[in-house]
Amino acid sequence: MRRNAVAVVGAAETTELGVIPNMSQIQLHADAALNAIKDAGLKLSDIDGIATAVETPQQIAHYLGITPTWVDGTSVGGCSFMLHVRHAAAAIEAGLCKTVLITHAESGKSMIGKLPRSMPADSLQGQFEAPYGVYGPPSMFPIPVLRYMKTHGITHEQIASVAVFQREWAAKNPRAMMKAPITVDDVLNSKMIAYPFRILQCCLVTDGGGALILTSADRAKDFPNKPVYILGTGESVETPMVSQMKTFDSSGAFTVAGPTAFREAGIAHKDVDHLMIYDAFAHLPLYGLGDLGFMPHEETGKFIADGNTRPGGKLPMNTNGGGLSYMHSGMYGMYALQESVRQMRGIAPAQVPGAKISVCHGVGGMFAASGTVIFTNEK
Amino acid sequence: MAEPARARPKPTPETQHYWDGAKAGELRLQRCDDCSNVYFPPRPFCPSCASRKVSVFQASGKGFLYSYVINHRPAAPGFTPPYAIAVVELDEGPRLMSSIIDCPQTPEALELDMKLEVAFEKLDDTITLPVFRPAKG
Repeated sequence: MRRNAVAVVGAAETTELGVIPNMSQIQLHADAALNAIKDAGLKLSDIDGIATAVETPQQIAHYLGITPTWVDGTSVGGCSFMLHVRHAAAAIEAGLCKTVLITHAESGKSMIGKLPRSMPADSLQGQFEAPYGVYGPPSMFPIPVLRYMKTHGITHEQIASVAVFQREWAAKNPRAMMKAPITVDDVLNSKMIAYPFRILQCCLVTDGGGALILTSADRAKDFPNKPVYILGTGESVETPMVSQMKTFDSSGAFTVAGPTAFREAGIAHKDVDHLMIYDAFAHLPLYGLGDLGFMPHEETGKFIADGNTRPGGKLPMNTNGGGLSYMHSGMYGMYALQESVRQMRGIAPAQVPGAKISVCHGVGGMFAASGTVIFTNEK
Repeated sequence: MAEPARARPKPTPETQHYWDGAKAGELRLQRCDDCSNVYFPPRPFCPSCASRKVSVFQASGKGFLYSYVINHRPAAPGFTPPYAIAVVELDEGPRLMSSIIDCPQTPEALELDMKLEVAFEKLDDTITLPVFRPAKG
């Protein structure tokens, strides 16, 4: 894909984040979409492409009153929106549409109008994983981490520090759910969820949504906000069964999506000013730093524990507080993208001064899928 | 309201041999007749070379503890926390999710790389689950 050929020209989250008991899931989509359309200075009728996940594109198009010429219903979990950005950029480049709306919303906490997630008894997961007592992401996503720690020499304290430093970022974000400072001891003494992970190493459960609007870079300068260009993208999938990953020492999907995006962008790791790594659980930033090639996996725990990703560190990461402290409605990828866009526009509550390149890396399912988007504010 | 039931596998035509094997006290895997790849979960072709010439065989039932969590909350219906959800690497190569029986469900007792052997837990008249216990000797 050509670098910087497509830009984000509208970006917004739902009016409220957190606990939203007065809105159904589909209305959260609409709330985010209308906010993004306003942010871009557009009318609904300007939208000719639509992408969403879990909810179908036809559901969202009909509810908003949009007649698209291009749709994408890629639904691979929380990183679906990174893939939507990649697909939308390709579609705009190919002339299939001009202005794409990507929406996410989930009534993850209030469960109003939320679609059921099921694991049928005759699916592979239903036959070969569910009978052993897996029950929701907290019982599944951490399954690889003990092996990862043993292989790479990572300590419990190092992984706990992920939650500590993200809380420092969250404290700078007025919309973050959890802002009170925590220590490594607080993390390691919090309620046990699925050993080795305790509640402060697991994501929040909240309501909310977000939406993005993309168009060609040639048109982007006519919009009210600073354009944020798509510099590089990558995507992949591995397996819906965490037990069937090729190795627990890294993520197969990460090792395709991340490096593909870096190659497309033509940048080196030292060029990255700002980093988002989807943190549904505290081990994901370690996997991400290693699999995206920032450093060997053996160094990831120490790198974070030494404070390199905290406020003032040399690689600011998860600057909204992440899924651990900002919000997590179930599919967090959209919020990581929103924070990258805010950082590139220069309007983030915890702004990284002078940031020009932001890497936004997402996961879907339990290491099942991955998408990476690299943004820049310089053309 | 009735308590939700424990999840029970429902075999498909492609996996029936595996569940028939478990019921008979055998852990069955598949091997490609063309490239010798041993794989799991069951399917009637080789995921390495795409050959449809594959055979079912009885695995040794021996392996080691690759990784695990000890689930505390929320517990799946039919399970009493804390309980381990393990991934076992078989001597033949494939890994599978399982439970570890005859062993305290603690980090101290559940040592990565510990040797394991298959056992069978009957759920009902049609389904028996392969599980693992620490290997003797």
